[in-house]
Amino acid sequence: MSWLTDLKPKLSKLLGGDDNVPENVWLKCPDTGMIIHKRELENNMYVSPHSDHHFAMPVQNRLQSIYDDGNYELISSPATRDDPLKFKDSKKYTERLKISRKKTGCEDAIILAYGMVGGNPLVVALFNFAFMGGSMGSAVGEGIVKAGEFAIEKKAGFMIIPASGGARMQEGIISLMQMARTTVIINRIKKAKLPYIVLLTNPTTGGVSASFAMIGDIHIAEPKCIIGFAGRRVIEQTVRETLPADFQTAEYLENHGMVDMVVHRHKLKDEIAKILDLLMIKKK
Amino acid sequence: MRTYLDFEHNIAELEGKISELRHMSNKGDMNIASELQKLEQKSIKLIEDTYKNLDDWQIVKVARHPDRPHLLDYVNEMITDFTPLSGDRKFSEDKALIAGFGRFRGRSVAIMGQEKGHDTDSRMLHNFGSARPEGYRKAQRIMDMAEKFEIPVISLVDTAGAYPGLGAEERGQAEAIATGIEKGLTIKTPFLSVVIGEGGSGGAIAIATADKVYMLQNSIYSVISPEGCSSILWRSADYSERAAKSLRMTAKDLLELGVIDGIIPEPLGGAQRNKKQTIQNVADKLEQDIIDLESIDKDKLVEMRAERFLRIGRN
Repeated sequence: MSWLTDLKPKLSKLLGGDDNVPENVWLKCPDTGMIIHKRELENNMYVSPHSDHHFAMPVQNRLQSIYDDGNYELISSPATRDDPLKFKDSKKYTERLKISRKKTGCEDAIILAYGMVGGNPLVVALFNFAFMGGSMGSAVGEGIVKAGEFAIEKKAGFMIIPASGGARMQEGIISLMQMARTTVIINRIKKAKLPYIVLLTNPTTGGVSASFAMIGDIHIAEPKCIIGFAGRRVIEQTVRETLPADFQTAEYLENHGMVDMVVHRHKLKDEIAKILDLLMIKKK
Repeated sequence: MRTYLDFEHNIAELEGKISELRHMSNKGDMNIASELQKLEQKSIKLIEDTYKNLDDWQIVKVARHPDRPHLLDYVNEMITDFTPLSGDRKFSEDKALIAGFGRFRGRSVAIMGQEKGHDTDSRMLHNFGSARPEGYRKAQRIMDMAEKFEIPVISLVDTAGAYPGLGAEERGQAEAIATGIEKGLTIKTPFLSVVIGEGGSGGAIAIATADKVYMLQNSIYSVISPEGCSSILWRSADYSERAAKSLRMTAKDLLELGVIDGIIPEPLGGAQRNKKQTIQNVADKLEQDIIDLESIDKDKLVEMRAERFLRIGRN
């Protein structure tokens, strides 16, 4: 948060401006540089009408876009212990959590939902990148475990939508352990013969990509999203060579056999519904 | 030639004096012999005192000490008929991760782990213990075989992390680690893991989702290196020492946090001062556990392993 953001409301008050005017009404398409009105973007599922650039999608919009008629119920995520390490860098971890909770209105970086997609039941565990970069700590891990258990109970398909830089450093080894814990629940989903879909969105990296996100039955990716294990900068420093421009993009991973399909957001719901219906074991 | 760490300055000086005197005492001077004895006792006391109170950053240095026993030292010392296997049968061999079968105190075992190397040539050969996807896939191949032939698996973890390279990414480093975690959690055979030096993040846990996970007294296990954490959270490399403390990456920390099942003690002055004793301590621990785990029904064992990980971090 810069001093500017603090100053802005004060300034507008001084100048007699209206506080209710939402900020950032206009966005810039990163590919064409053209200006897009926020409403226009929202109506287009947060895809730039000029270039098909996929912006990050707010969590509610994401869930509505997937479930039949936009209907779903939220599954409450179990409470976990905040700050298991009593971690402090330039700021206390508890302080960072407080800020993120206030900013996003969410407890942590994961939201769990249940509903029908194309008439078949589907549980979704959705990452919220706005919450500390979607990083995975015990709350996220526990949420995924809970969602998986819920799917098994309801005999529903399971889909995780990561948008995460990886492990939450402030939870140290506990965050690393989430790689194993989330894999445990995926194994149980597989054992129950329920379809497990991963919808890779921007970004899916580090410990998130190297655990539950790469062991799906089906890997779908949004166009041009970044998927990888190590960060681009780290690799550049290690190998000292120029990396291809499309390195670690969805398309690059599809070419290298790690992703089944790259699907435009407008076609996602239909694709998911189709796959779910093809794979779900139907009672004869 | 012994490598001394920066905080071992006094020990280095004293041991230097001792070796000088020893050289002279060969000529049969009684006075020197008694002086030598005194100094040796003093040196033991000094090492004891230094190692009793290591801070987290010092433990990081001991965990990375170049003279610590590495994977191949363990294999040579505790395994007979060692039969290393090469390649993932898909793309290539990766010598950063050694895996194979052998005999451990009378029984067949599968053994695997990262090898860091001990001099320039061997470090290059083993890529400093940073494995590529092929290494992790080879490990999975060995785990599959171990399950089939009802052989327990031992993994010894010692890596700064999985290799961050263009080819590694291209060939699915993330997928190789993810499926390694999955394989470890599902094999129906006893699986034991010991962090013997550095447990570097995803590259470590890829071979460490075991029934029991131990750490050597002066080893570390973390989601990120203190240097990496410092540069990300403090945006400077200058806070590594603080990051090491904040991350809580020592064996004592992980035991307290309920992540590991026990700490294997190191000899006086760290594993690097007595490789043989260190390896024996590890082997003794493993032997007892293998006997215990072999008596458990295989399906139950896998279920217990899953629950072991699910418990972590829960109150």
